[in-house]
Amino acid sequence: MAQGIRDKVVILGMGCSRFGERWESSAEDLLAESFQEAIADAGIDRDQIEAVWFGLSMDEQNLGKSGLSASQSLRLPNIPVTRVENLCATGSEALRGAVYAVASGAVDIAMAIGVEKLKDTGYGGLPERSKGTFNDLWQPSATAPGSFAQFASAYSTRHGVEMETLKEAMAHISWKSHENGSKNPKAHLRRRITKDAVLNAPMVAYPLGLFDCCGVSDGSACAIVTTPEMAAKLGKTGDLVSVKATQVSVSNGMEMSHGSWDGSYAHTTRIAVDRAYREAGIEDPVKELAMVEVHDCFSITELVTMEDLGLSKPGEGYRDVLEGKFDADGEIACNIDGGLKCFGHPIGASGLRMVYECYQQLRGTAGERQLNTPKKALTHNLGGFPNFNVCAVTVLGLLDS
Amino acid sequence: MPETGITSIAGYLPRTRMSRSAIAAAVKWANPALAAMGKGHRTTCKPDEDSITMAVEAGRYCLAGIEGDEPRVLQFASTTAPFADRGNAVLAGEALGLGTEIRSQDLGGSLGCGLAALINALEQDAPTLTLAADRRAAKPASASELRYGHGAAAIATGSDGIIARCLASVTLSEDFIDHYRSNGAEFDYPAEDRWIRDEGQLQQLPEAIGQLLAKSGRDAASIDTVILPGVPAAAANTVLKQCKIPDDRLLDGLNAGCGYTGTAHPLLMLASALEEAGPGEVILVANFAQGVQSLLLETTDAIAGRVAAQSIADQLASGREDVDYMRFLSFNDQVEVDWGIRAERDNRTSLSAFNRHRKTVTGFVGGKCTVCGTPQFPKGPACVNPNCRSFGTLEDEPFRDKIGRIKSFTEDWLAISANPPLMYGNVGFEDGGVIMMEFTDFEPGELKVGMPVRFVLRIKDKDPKREFRRYFWKAAPANMSEAD
Repeated sequence: MAQGIRDKVVILGMGCSRFGERWESSAEDLLAESFQEAIADAGIDRDQIEAVWFGLSMDEQNLGKSGLSASQSLRLPNIPVTRVENLCATGSEALRGAVYAVASGAVDIAMAIGVEKLKDTGYGGLPERSKGTFNDLWQPSATAPGSFAQFASAYSTRHGVEMETLKEAMAHISWKSHENGSKNPKAHLRRRITKDAVLNAPMVAYPLGLFDCCGVSDGSACAIVTTPEMAAKLGKTGDLVSVKATQVSVSNGMEMSHGSWDGSYAHTTRIAVDRAYREAGIEDPVKELAMVEVHDCFSITELVTMEDLGLSKPGEGYRDVLEGKFDADGEIACNIDGGLKCFGHPIGASGLRMVYECYQQLRGTAGERQLNTPKKALTHNLGGFPNFNVCAVTVLGLLDS
Repeated sequence: MPETGITSIAGYLPRTRMSRSAIAAAVKWANPALAAMGKGHRTTCKPDEDSITMAVEAGRYCLAGIEGDEPRVLQFASTTAPFADRGNAVLAGEALGLGTEIRSQDLGGSLGCGLAALINALEQDAPTLTLAADRRAAKPASASELRYGHGAAAIATGSDGIIARCLASVTLSEDFIDHYRSNGAEFDYPAEDRWIRDEGQLQQLPEAIGQLLAKSGRDAASIDTVILPGVPAAAANTVLKQCKIPDDRLLDGLNAGCGYTGTAHPLLMLASALEEAGPGEVILVANFAQGVQSLLLETTDAIAGRVAAQSIADQLASGREDVDYMRFLSFNDQVEVDWGIRAERDNRTSLSAFNRHRKTVTGFVGGKCTVCGTPQFPKGPACVNPNCRSFGTLEDEPFRDKIGRIKSFTEDWLAISANPPLMYGNVGFEDGGVIMMEFTDFEPGELKVGMPVRFVLRIKDKDPKREFRRYFWKAAPANMSEAD
């Protein structure tokens, strides 16, 4: 009987590029940036890496298909490089591959690296692209903000919360992310903003204004993983951060076609997190998790995610948000690094960027935004649309916690 | 041989009603004389409407009123058919769910093709559905811009449940060029109004009407309603006088709220007349177009119990005024708005994929599970019900005529749309199933969760590179007046 992944794999080293509109850097440069930091942090030579999982979502925009671009830019020693793509969960999927490889005993040291170069499209927002030959025939020409915006009308109806109140909670989320992002030197958006600015911003997709939407960024992040034994052998100093759980849940059409989903929550998040808490042995997430890095592609997504993760009761998330429960000094810090909103969202790197922040916080190296001795942390990605998505949940913690 | 007559009739008017005074004001600098025509409203298509979508909608209203056999012949008449070579009638028939056994044909060539098609239908014994629609373009600052409207009509003919029977028909063919449009040309080239009146309408219409009366053995005074589509009121009154028909018999030309819809207009006016008519009324339709197409009809007792699905009167009353001339031009492809780099997206349609999914896309046909009974769209290999998931158990289930309710929505200013914001959301079907789809005929601020919607065929995307357009269904207000 399988026992799950808990504590079988630890992080040996991590790196993360500066996120942002990196006009001067190619995707190859961004990969090199996060990779070099990770290698130095791990204290190994690149030839000690035995297998790589490479996350890249929008290959049309930058590096093309396959693992070749990563192998070539990093001059890897002809080892296996597997390209993975699972929408916004791509980075988390890369980590899952590397972690499973180590846990299986097939390799001692594996690497997950993700990158996205989005700012070469020539316009704001995510790249415009086909949804597939059949889907283009009938699905709306929806954008990410337009599809996620619908959480708001459905949530407002389901829980009887006035849109004005919901908008205030959403503004609080964006305000909080800018506060957090202002303390993060690698973040894309570092300017603090007022809640009024959020509420008065131009409408992108009702009810989401400009500041309800995350940054579209270039960036890369990298994790090198191994077994606890190997980490000790390699002389890794400081607290070891282990993977407690890594789960993915993928829609099967229920939300899109069945009608039993009301649109006010993410079905897959609830499934993935339930499995993840069991795998990690978490019984009371509010008490046990010091921080969460969640997929705040839009402010409303973060709000419903607080409920989907069991951190707020259904219908009470907006109240918890307004009361500061998820602020930097709240009960559970949410997106202490600025989140997708301000750290930025280079899709293939985002899941790994979240893990990077957890790793820094758990090891006490997060600088100005360091939390008080966190023991366990969670990351969450939601890729696709609310009615059609991939959700990844990863739980990390100190090895001995 | 059983008699063939009209068994059902309906019209469709696009919801947008452009204010003529707004047009006149916008073009005053170029042509101040048009101010005299700056009264009332004309219908105009949204960017997702064309002659096919309008005809399909009229066809649905019309089919809702038939009692007898399904049509075995389908005619589509238009001078503005989207495709020069691809059966527009065939496409409309698939959208209407009429099956492959039907004989479909397109008619065009002049504004007389709509009424000519109806005359054809009345002279054969197969149950027939005749669709007529026009979306004519007019040059900015032209009289035509103010005179034209966009619209469609549909008439079912057959032998069961006849509401109006044909007393006589007369067709005159004369190459009298009151206007013409060459192949590929965008606009009509009109002749002088006074010459058209004196040498055309006032000569040919009385001639045809005289023949019609002689043929039917009726006298002029017995005619209750006269329909002279597109003929200005003064000229029409002169025609009546010449024919000794009392002048109170002339039916209003729908000018105040609609405008002249070309091919569709004789049928549309007839639909309007039949909405008001009681049993035993005599109606004359004479259409002036490269000669005259004319019909003398008499209503039957069956008309008394008839309730129109969406009456012309209701549609005239539930339009949405638009005073934005720039938007009117853009909706009619007469000004090129900068939609940004996003709009450069390639909308190529894979014809093999389309063909595989034709029923799904054109007919809005999904599935219903024979094991658990769950309706679902689209139809996949296995049932979507989480408690079923059986393979190979889905039967065709038409979604076209279901009622939906809005579950969530957005107004998206980022998405590409020729009519921003692009509005879409999750719509649940009353008997089960859900779909995320586009909304149409709603204005920003009107969408609400729980609101009922009906489904209409509209243009989904245009592919300017290959001059193709694809159609799918969108959610529209279930009741036009409800969204007001």
